[in-house]
Order: sequence, then structure tokens, then C-alpha cells
Amino acid sequence: MDIDKNMKILLVDDFATMRKVIKNLLKQTGYYNIAEAEDGVEALRALKSEKVDFIISDWNMPNMTGLELLKAVRADKDLTGLPFLMVTAEGLQKNVLAAVKAGVSNYIVKPFTAEVLNEKIEKIIAKM
Amino acid sequence: MDVRFINAFLEGTLNVIKTMANLSPIPGKPYLKKDGSANGDVSGIIGFTGAITGSMALSFSEKSILKIVSNMLGEEIQEINGDIKDAVGEITNIISGAARKELEQIGLNVVAAIPTVVSGKGHSIAHVLGGPSIIIPFEMEEGHFVVDICINRMEPKAK
Repeated sequence: MDIDKNMKILLVDDFATMRKVIKNLLKQTGYYNIAEAEDGVEALRALKSEKVDFIISDWNMPNMTGLELLKAVRADKDLTGLPFLMVTAEGLQKNVLAAVKAGVSNYIVKPFTAEVLNEKIEKIIAKM
Repeated sequence: MDVRFINAFLEGTLNVIKTMANLSPIPGKPYLKKDGSANGDVSGIIGFTGAITGSMALSFSEKSILKIVSNMLGEEIQEINGDIKDAVGEITNIISGAARKELEQIGLNVVAAIPTVVSGKGHSIAHVLGGPSIIIPFEMEEGHFVVDICINRMEPKAK
């Protein structure tokens, strides 16, 4: 499988510590081109102003949740095809179903290792 | 309290600390706590509604949380600062999620609120329900922490 490790990943999470943790995991698997946003609103602003190849977003955030961000991305003709990995502590069945219905590319429940994160990214890219 | 509830929080805690910080704390025997004192220097507290109501607190000694967060971030942190408090909130959230996932397996759907973080020597824990709570202690070489749960199972409404 050919994955461009230089692809630009937008990492969205309201907890700065968690962004740091996920960034470390991404770097461990060779992804260094990472932009950050604190919530869905900031993420949408970033998506409008810079080219992003992949979104990794938390679910529970103030202002705009990950699910709302996902819906906004899928509804925007310029962004609709972007791969979207939802990262959350909410592994409950109804939440997974809501994210799938909204068009999430894949779903990962915290806590997770660098290997699991990489596997999810590879699976999403392989399907494109 | 139903032992399955205790196991859900115990297993969730072990899994989260192992995966995020590569540490294997040793759980001790659960016991009853009758006052509001915290068994630590920094605590994360989260409320529950749904099939179970109440709250869970995670209270860490300074040494234990410094080790856990240093391992999580891959950099040494030497004092309880904003990063530590941020991490305690997130760890509380993730352990709550892991425990609620376990509870879902036995047919209990539980909704969690946003965690809050309290710190300082001698701080207290204000559980939603009040009254005694169950403490699950954990020991590590670097220090101790506890899971402090005060919950009630809600009886399903008669149809």
C-alpha cells in the first residue's frame, strides 16, 4: 500500500495534552505534517484556508462537536471527500452508528496505541 | 454495590493507564469511604446519568500523576501544572468511557457529563449523590492513586 507520509493531517481536540499525545503517536509512525485545531469551528476555518489531506477529530468538544464537524465537512462540496477519522472516549454503540450514518471514514476509541492509529489510517487510505 | 460495576471501573482504569502511559498499576482491595476527603493531590470528577446515576473521581498522588503524564507525553514533567490538570480531565473522561463501554455490555446505558479537575493538598471530593463511596486503590512504584465511585443503579420504569 502506498501511503504518502507527508500528507497534511488536521488534528482536532479541545485538550492540548491529548493533541500532544496523538501528535507523538503520529510521529512514531512517520506522520510529521500535522496542523492542529481546538474545536470544530477552528477546524472549519483551517479547512477553508489551507489544504488538508486527512482529518483526525475528537468527538466531545465545545462550540462544535466532532460529529457536527463531520456533518459540515460532508455537506461542503469542496471538503466532502476528505478522509475523517473520529477519535473519542465514546465507544458506545449508538455513537458509532451516528458517526457511520454521518459518513465517518473510521472510528477509534481511546485509549489506543500508535500501531492501532496507523492501522486505522492505512485502512481509510486503502479504501479511497 | 454490584461487583460488575466495580470490575468495569477497575478494568477500564488498568487498560487506560497501560495503553496511554505504559504503566501497570497494581489494584488493591476495594473499601468503603465515608467522608469527602480525596486520597490524592489532584482529582478528576465526572457525573453519570441514565441506567446509573452518581459520579466517579480519580485522585492521584503528585508522584503518580507526574509519572503517568510524563510517560503519556514522552517528556518529564516535574510539577502539577496546566498540562497535568488537562491530562487528569482527559484520563477521567477516557476511563469513564472505557467503564461505560463495559457497562453497556451488561445492558446498562450510562451517559457521562464533562469532567472537572480539582487540585491542592487536602482538597475534597463532592460526589453528586453524597454518602459513602467505594474506593479502588492502585499502587505503582512511583506512587498511588484511587478510583472513588459513588453510584446508584436506577430501576427501570414500570411500563
